[in-house]
Amino acid sequence: MTPTILNDATAPAVQKEHASGSFDAVKVREDFPILTQRVHGKPLVYLDSAASTQKPRAVLDTMQRFYAEQYSNVHRGVHQLSQVATDLYEDARRTVQRFINAEREEEIIFVRGTTEAINLVAQTFGRRELGTGDEVVVSAMEHHANIVPWQMICQERGAVLRVIPMNDHGELDLDAYADLLGPRTKIVAVTHVSNALGSINPVREMIRIAHERDIPVLVDGAQSAQHLPIDVRQLDCDFFTLSGHKMYGPTGIGVLYGKKALLDRMPPYQGGGDMILSVTFEKTTYNEVPFKFEAGTPDIAGAIGFAAALTYLRSFDIHEILAHEKDVLQYATETLSGIDALRIVGTAEEKASVLSFTLCAIHPHDIGTILDQHGIAIRAGHHCAQPVMQRFGIPATARASFAMYNTREDVDRLAEGIEQVLEVFT
Amino acid sequence: MDEIRELYQEVILDHNKHPHNFRSMENADAVLEGFNPLCGDHYTFYLRFEDDAIAEVSFEGSGCAISKASASIMSAVLQGKSREEADVLFELFTGIVTGKLDPVEHLEKLGKLAAFAGVAEFPVRVKCATLPWHTMHGALHGSDSQISTE
Repeated sequence: MTPTILNDATAPAVQKEHASGSFDAVKVREDFPILTQRVHGKPLVYLDSAASTQKPRAVLDTMQRFYAEQYSNVHRGVHQLSQVATDLYEDARRTVQRFINAEREEEIIFVRGTTEAINLVAQTFGRRELGTGDEVVVSAMEHHANIVPWQMICQERGAVLRVIPMNDHGELDLDAYADLLGPRTKIVAVTHVSNALGSINPVREMIRIAHERDIPVLVDGAQSAQHLPIDVRQLDCDFFTLSGHKMYGPTGIGVLYGKKALLDRMPPYQGGGDMILSVTFEKTTYNEVPFKFEAGTPDIAGAIGFAAALTYLRSFDIHEILAHEKDVLQYATETLSGIDALRIVGTAEEKASVLSFTLCAIHPHDIGTILDQHGIAIRAGHHCAQPVMQRFGIPATARASFAMYNTREDVDRLAEGIEQVLEVFT
Repeated sequence: MDEIRELYQEVILDHNKHPHNFRSMENADAVLEGFNPLCGDHYTFYLRFEDDAIAEVSFEGSGCAISKASASIMSAVLQGKSREEADVLFELFTGIVTGKLDPVEHLEKLGKLAAFAGVAEFPVRVKCATLPWHTMHGALHGSDSQISTE
């Protein structure tokens, strides 16, 4: 009975194989029920995927089925449903392992998302490794989630946060980066893709430079893993973080990847059930990784839904997704560059699926409201990257961000919408 | 598009482009910051009193068209008003933009403030319109910290 249930659970995603060279965004859209919505009477143009992606039916069905037919708590249970749920949960871990090509499944720790993953590393690795005068290196284009956790632990340990500068295009200065690294540098934490600018950072090269000095590197993959092929062994990163909801999966689930040797040395993050081997009031023996870092009942359905999203993503050729998204970004860059009043913020040579802009003196919030009336969902604000805004001397930007289901038609609608904004304000 | 025109009325667009009393004030009796962390709207308001009336209001800072126009019109409307009158206008304005009061019933008292009636149709923009008023209200009632809409 058990194997039947298991096979059924993964069936919807696995059956859907896409032949090479056949990527068709219009067909992909059919997999995302929400995209047929109308907003303010207009067909939805969803350009806010950097904040969160929409979910394909494969994810929704898998989670619905899990709760309806397979649900129980994981680990320790002797009854069949607990075994089923445990198998699905641990299968999800292996799906993530394959997706990022980690060497071992124990290197995959389920967390709530990238934010929790970085906090985990800061509070465990950071607390153990950082002393007075030690240094943590981050970049000028980090999301607050890769700044504040380090600031907190630096403050606690008397350590110093150092910042890799960037140029006016939104590209990191690698010479300055190399100069920043010294004997007191205990870790480098850098984003793979900037959420506010779209810049793709040369993390492989940055990791190589850090490793020459035996400095471990955390790569924030919140904005990269849904767009670029990720191979943690090829990158040789020490930590990599993922957010499920930005990769077509559910909210509340994400992953910290860490090299096993490092994870083994780190103290636990939170205490509780599942992270222990034995407990007495005198002494507790901690469990092995990954369970050492997964105290309490995890987001079981989230993990299983996340795995369904990765299976869905893997049913395409990631290079074809990349080529499609590049085409949409390039088309958007060209189209919007044709609007005189518009200035693109973030013009790095290597970019992924993010287009931030300002429109003469019109505040991004006003742009967002007017575009919304045309059914176009963008984001307006500082994008949780206030230092980036300060670097470019602006309070906020409007940001259109793209995913595999966006098309050139979406870009045309955006351009029409922007013309309407200009009409209201001039 | 009609709702957009309701929101971005000419008077609002004018005040956004050419805000009144858009300057700092050296001899202010009260200085208070208003900040909306969600969208980054950030203003400093200056108030000067004569006897018990508001003699002068000015502001500086940056933000969206709704917040800037609201600050501009508020600064003009409050000039010469007593604290009690300012409180009444505060209640009226916040009631209108949150949709709790019907602007049609208060047109005379509202004057130029009636331009903000359209905001009620845009719940996420209510805070833009009320930020200046909340800050002013805080200043009149002795708050000395930053007023935040969150």
